[in-house]
Amino acid sequence: MIHESQMMSDALASEPAPAAPTALANVSRRAMLGGMGALVLALSWRDSARAEDKTNEPKKFGGDAMPHGWQDDPKVFVAIAPDGTVTVTCHRAEMGQGVRTSIAFVVADELEATWDKVKVTQAWGDETRFGNQDTDGSRSLRHFFQHLRHAGAAARLMLVQAAAKQWNVPVSEVRAENHVVTHAKSKRSLGYGEIAAAAAALPVPARETVTLKDAKDFKYIGKGKIGLVDNRDITTGKAVYGLDTKIDGMLYALVARPPVFGGKVASYDDTEAKKVAGVVKIFKIDAPEAPVEFQPLGGVAVIAKNTWAAMKAREALKITWDDGPNASYDSVAFRGELEKAARAPGKVVRNQGDVDGAMAKAKKRVEAEYFVPHLVQAPMEPPAAVVRIKDGFCEAWACTQAPQATHDRLAKKLNLASDKVRVNQTLLGGGFGRKSKPDYVLEAALCSQAVDGAPVKLVWTREDDLHHGYYHTISVERLEAGLDDKGMPVAWLHRSAAPTIGSIFAAGAKNELPFELGMGLTNTPFDIPNIRLENPAADAHVRIGWFRSVSNIPHAFAIQSFVNELAHAAGRDPKEYLLALIGPDRKIDPTTLGDVWNYGEDPARYPIDTGRLRGVIEAAAKGIGWGRTMRKNTGLGIAGHYSFVTHTAVAAEVEVGPKGEVVVKRIDIAVDCGPQVNPERIRSQMEGAVVMGMGLALSSEITFKDGRAQQNNFDGYEITRIDAAPKEIHVHLLANPNFSAPLGGVGEPGVPPVAPAIANAIFAATGRRIRQLPIRDQLSA
Amino acid sequence: MIKLTVNGAERSFDGDSDMPLLWYLRDEVGLTGTKFGCGQALCGACTIHVGGTAVRGCVTPVSAAEGQAVVTIEGLSPDGNHPVQVAWRDLNVAQCGYCQCGQMMQAASLLTDTPKPTDAQIDEAMSGNLCRCGTYPRIRAAIHQAAGQAAPATKGERL
Repeated sequence: MIHESQMMSDALASEPAPAAPTALANVSRRAMLGGMGALVLALSWRDSARAEDKTNEPKKFGGDAMPHGWQDDPKVFVAIAPDGTVTVTCHRAEMGQGVRTSIAFVVADELEATWDKVKVTQAWGDETRFGNQDTDGSRSLRHFFQHLRHAGAAARLMLVQAAAKQWNVPVSEVRAENHVVTHAKSKRSLGYGEIAAAAAALPVPARETVTLKDAKDFKYIGKGKIGLVDNRDITTGKAVYGLDTKIDGMLYALVARPPVFGGKVASYDDTEAKKVAGVVKIFKIDAPEAPVEFQPLGGVAVIAKNTWAAMKAREALKITWDDGPNASYDSVAFRGELEKAARAPGKVVRNQGDVDGAMAKAKKRVEAEYFVPHLVQAPMEPPAAVVRIKDGFCEAWACTQAPQATHDRLAKKLNLASDKVRVNQTLLGGGFGRKSKPDYVLEAALCSQAVDGAPVKLVWTREDDLHHGYYHTISVERLEAGLDDKGMPVAWLHRSAAPTIGSIFAAGAKNELPFELGMGLTNTPFDIPNIRLENPAADAHVRIGWFRSVSNIPHAFAIQSFVNELAHAAGRDPKEYLLALIGPDRKIDPTTLGDVWNYGEDPARYPIDTGRLRGVIEAAAKGIGWGRTMRKNTGLGIAGHYSFVTHTAVAAEVEVGPKGEVVVKRIDIAVDCGPQVNPERIRSQMEGAVVMGMGLALSSEITFKDGRAQQNNFDGYEITRIDAAPKEIHVHLLANPNFSAPLGGVGEPGVPPVAPAIANAIFAATGRRIRQLPIRDQLSA
Repeated sequence: MIKLTVNGAERSFDGDSDMPLLWYLRDEVGLTGTKFGCGQALCGACTIHVGGTAVRGCVTPVSAAEGQAVVTIEGLSPDGNHPVQVAWRDLNVAQCGYCQCGQMMQAASLLTDTPKPTDAQIDEAMSGNLCRCGTYPRIRAAIHQAAGQAAPATKGERL
């Protein structure tokens, strides 16, 4: 509609209404980014209309409930140049999920744009303009698919209106298709570029006047035929990630951080470090006050003329640390504390029926404990950012999942007005939750500040990433079941003990938050009469943070392994037993299970659908040939899990070698995520989830001793390599052609069922039960 | 003064001769297609060709390239259409894409030495290149395609 240069200065279609504080009923990750106390909503068009009457406003869900909600203004997302080039703005972080491609073709499809004339530009951090930009929780298309369709359709209507006006014919007689507007009666037509300026001058049409395409007319949506928009840049080395930003006069920085979380610099000697050629500045960064949130950890920063000089100088620093209260943290010993906690009553988070009574009367009792260690996201691109502060204006270039959170914290840290900060979003070399926390961007800002605002690139090494992470929690899950004479549970007790992500926002927090409990603990949809779920307290001794799939990982590993144990205790087929436990097809309101979170979604639109859960389990089982005769030391395992409002199941074929080596030969992963906008990327996300899930099942672990992470690099922190990756990964997408139906998440739901499926397959192959991750050499003895 | 060629262009460097080629290429030459992932030759993101051989730029000092021809992803092919680059695009191998320059440089080297690699040869040659997104099944398929081979039928469903 408008040229890109105009787009920048174009007034917002909707003025943000005054921020309205609301109760923290809907704790999402983004809400956490906004602070613990309240989540602030900026209102979009629809909300503005009823901003007067807030008294009886219903609870908001999904994209409506996210900070700054959503936008669908075509002038925000679409620009058309005179040569016809359509530029779609992508306001979500690209970190491998293909969102730049998907967003662009969703808009282009409704716009009736020809794909080879479409380009993508990346938004900067400005949620008032673009709507929520926090890219995590598997939400980008879930929250924006319909709104982006609307933006594209509104832009198409404006082109039609402009042509009709120019030709003085009724709008209803003008069609827009394949980048051309046509009036058939008079045989007139104009290319999009020719009419774009006139269209841009029109007011944005009222939402109810815009008609979306019928799904049968989609050209790109749901087809899976569009290649990645960044393919050429990626394959030629031109793609720019956070670490690749280059600004004239840029300096390079590293920080030596306290090796123990909560520690600080006691003293330091930089005599030798200063002798390194190219060193510009060495200075101390103060340790943060609790809660640590996204603040830098403190330490000693080294700024130099190139990365190598900064590395050498950092190594030459002599620093005496005051290790602080976590100096004795030992994760092996801590596991014992978690086990002790899990063996005693804890905070009750769901209670249904009479577990103790039923347990006492049960024919048979089974109990087991499962352990999942700390993990670290380890995106291939470590955290990195460039910050420049010039004439009172701070500009950042960062591989961040959360550009608005980064923006807000930069403004606060530097004591600048919000309009004196701009966060430019680069491509992300992986995120997995690490890059939702902008501590590294704040470090870059402090470094820039230390050299009078000169641009500074802050680099994290892999050692930094492993030693100073926002770690996945460490957990002990204890399960007890009382079985009836058919071997089915009449009583189910699950205690989940794990340090909470809440501890980085409220020092001393010891219990899992609703969003952690709602990740596969409280919302387990089993058909069991007596269920009690407890969450014993657990202290955090390191920064705990989001790791792809989050608490679903330990919950799914424990529950899906335990179900398999129960099946064997009952002498029944594990798949049939799992299906029996899920019970008859029904739609369950998650709030009736005590899950008030439900991934932020409306329980009426997003019930737990046991029929769909059954469907993916059956599909994975069928794919792998469940029930076939297996060779010696080879077995099949299965697991199903509901997460990010998507149903997923994994079936694994595993062979255990003579020395106990585990070979994952084949994985079938079935997913029902509702309508599939980009099946091609859903497949790739599932393939990747299998590989990442395998890594945490087989080899990945961060341990702590004397408060210090014991793994330094990819030799100690082992992630899946190509030679261990399954030779066969079969992705089964359960069809749903109804594009009005709610979308499920895609980025995260693939991971949780992988580890229990592998562990269950190992049991089938060897009769040996895995209750602790990673599996590593447990089978060698 | 160290003299070398980078993607065919003659260059000289009088800075720290211990500087790894990775940082020389990125910070001094401005070629950022060579990526930093570990700094210890454990992930392969920095894979480049020196004298026709794939090496890890993060542990190879610039002095070791004295008189040598260094090729980075930016110089792998004049038009960006080396068979591995084409195959990587055809199969949409990349997710985040960060490790893929190193993967392609390693794969190109493999195909020079072993024009028709088996799955086992691919795994052997590529096992030093990490991908956290987990694109390995497509990397295997893309190497087969670049080699002019149909991927083995057991590759799973793929577009």
